[in-house]
Amino acid sequence: MRLAVLLKTVPDLVEELALDEDARTLLFDEMSYVPSEWDDQALEEALIIKEESGAEVTVIAVDTGDVDTMLFTALAKGADYAVKIVGDFDAAMSNWQKARVVADYLGRGDFDAVLSGVQAIDDVDGQLPGLVAGFLGWPHASVITEVRVAGGSHLQLRQEYAGGLVAELETVTPIVVGVQAARKPPRYASVAKVRQVAKSATIDEVEADVAEARLAGVEYVRPVAAGHAEMIEGDIDEVVDRIVAILEERNLLRRA
Amino acid sequence: MGPILIVLENGAAGVTEATKECVNKAKSLAAQLGTTTVAVGFGKQHVSDLRRLAVTKVVIASGGTMDLYNPDAYEKVLAEIFGNVKPYLTLIANTTMGLDLGAGLAGRTQTPLIAYGIDIEEQDGRLTAISQVFAGKLLARVPIPEDGAIVTVIPGSWPADNEAGDPEIEEWTAQDSEAMRVLRVVEPEQSDIDITKADILVSVGRGIEGPDNLPLAEDLAEALGGVVSCSRPVVDAGWLPKARQVGKSGQTVKPKLYLACGISGAPEHLQGMRDADLIIAINTDESASIMDIAHFGTTADMLELMPALAERLKGG
Ligand SMILES: Cc1cc2nc3c(=O)[nH]c(=O)nc-3n(C[C@H](O)[C@H](O)[C@H](O)COP(=O)(O)OP(=O)(O)OC[C@H]3O[C@@H](n4cnc5c(N)ncnc54)[C@H](O)[C@@H]3O)c2cc1C
Repeated sequence: MRLAVLLKTVPDLVEELALDEDARTLLFDEMSYVPSEWDDQALEEALIIKEESGAEVTVIAVDTGDVDTMLFTALAKGADYAVKIVGDFDAAMSNWQKARVVADYLGRGDFDAVLSGVQAIDDVDGQLPGLVAGFLGWPHASVITEVRVAGGSHLQLRQEYAGGLVAELETVTPIVVGVQAARKPPRYASVAKVRQVAKSATIDEVEADVAEARLAGVEYVRPVAAGHAEMIEGDIDEVVDRIVAILEERNLLRRA
Repeated sequence: MGPILIVLENGAAGVTEATKECVNKAKSLAAQLGTTTVAVGFGKQHVSDLRRLAVTKVVIASGGTMDLYNPDAYEKVLAEIFGNVKPYLTLIANTTMGLDLGAGLAGRTQTPLIAYGIDIEEQDGRLTAISQVFAGKLLARVPIPEDGAIVTVIPGSWPADNEAGDPEIEEWTAQDSEAMRVLRVVEPEQSDIDITKADILVSVGRGIEGPDNLPLAEDLAEALGGVVSCSRPVVDAGWLPKARQVGKSGQTVKPKLYLACGISGAPEHLQGMRDADLIIAINTDESASIMDIAHFGTTADMLELMPALAERLKGG
């Protein structure tokens, strides 16, 4: 079984998003990026499948900035191959455009299943796995929490719905899966291990042309919150006092 | 201009609130733009409700595997109906089904998609979708292209439409999926603790850092006479059972007190707790989205505050 895992980076929300409030644009070059957390789950699920059934795992990223560390980290965790799709791309590249180049690449290969994060924080123009599947005309399922090889060319998937309801699906390959969570928390690769892999492993580069974006004139603004919490100031004791007082006022304290 | 298409969810529990919300918005936009509304429903379940929707036309896809949600079969029949209706705007609630069908349909039909919509504004006949991105930290204002778009909509964005109508009905025969089969549907496991019935929830998020810190939350919950609930990553990490999860893919709760500890307030989390009577948020980041809906907030370190508060409550 040949698995492809699509990885991408997203702005790091730990830092302030670089917004030009007057121009209502995001300054993509001024932000730092981290791997999208759901992609990390997709990679973990692929590595679990590899351990169970000997699948081969290829990680794929579009070169929108520094994606090498992310790819080397995936190799350090156990992925077999890394592919970087290169071209005239930048950090502002939309998901639609990424999906286009990734779908073209996947369409030329012979992957059995494509796994990627069910969503990412920046996919204003759609989630990558669904778009890729749609472009390829392949079946697709999202919000998946388990992927198992079920003999021959079949896979079994667990799909989650609201309230914890789950369906078990059986599907033929090729298929695209949007992973919500892996069966186990994502593994960790030490910095030393990643560094070592970066010295010995190679990333295959594949050239592609940039596709046309489908949405124009997208503006970004901060939400005007209907309200904001009344902030409780002071040291821990003062905060405790205030919370106790709030609870007392509302009769929420247990009487001894 | 083509009609406005609404993709309905009409499973075992009937037409969902989230899709009735889309019907509501579609109707008002159609009136503003001078176009019609078409809703697509699937299978035989609650068909009588579909026949009474207050839209211009309802297309009912039946046969094949339509009675039970099948991502592949639904996407294919929806793409056919989409090709036939030629809508200007398509609204799909951003549930599991919406996550499947929205992007899949967009890719298949080469139609632009706008995800995580929370509103659509009309001005001089032009529409702008407002969508919630970066975990709710920013809104994107996206002009809907002249040749139309699909918008996936976060549940709760508009009031639900409960009006009765007399739509034209079109039956559509769907094919079986050759690629995908639903083996079984599993109900969530029963739990000894029902967080939807608790008056007080001490809810922990990724800020709890690890299972070793959970006793701090348990202690505080006990001192308050409540129980511990959590955000999704805490369940995914295996630190607490699924039954404790609040949010879109967990439980919807409405306690008297929701103490959110180390929870950022992602839209999927807020969906499950925003109606709590009193929300107090403990989060070192004052700009975290949870602060926008909390009544009170503090930037204290939860790992210090939880034990201090528990001790005070126990000490009287
Ligand atoms: C289809 C789908 C369904 C989903 N369903 C759900 C769902 O049902 N429920 C749900 O919760 N999520 C759900 N999610 C996930 C959701 O998008 C978020 O990823 C998740 O809610 C984030 O959890 P969190 O707030 O605990 O973590 P984070 O977003 O990482 O936030 C942690 C917060 O803790 C704060 N913090 C850190 N340390 C401390 C400290 N010492 N003291 C105080 N504060 C601290 C940080 O400032 C940060 O704001 C779903 C996602 C998808 C795609």
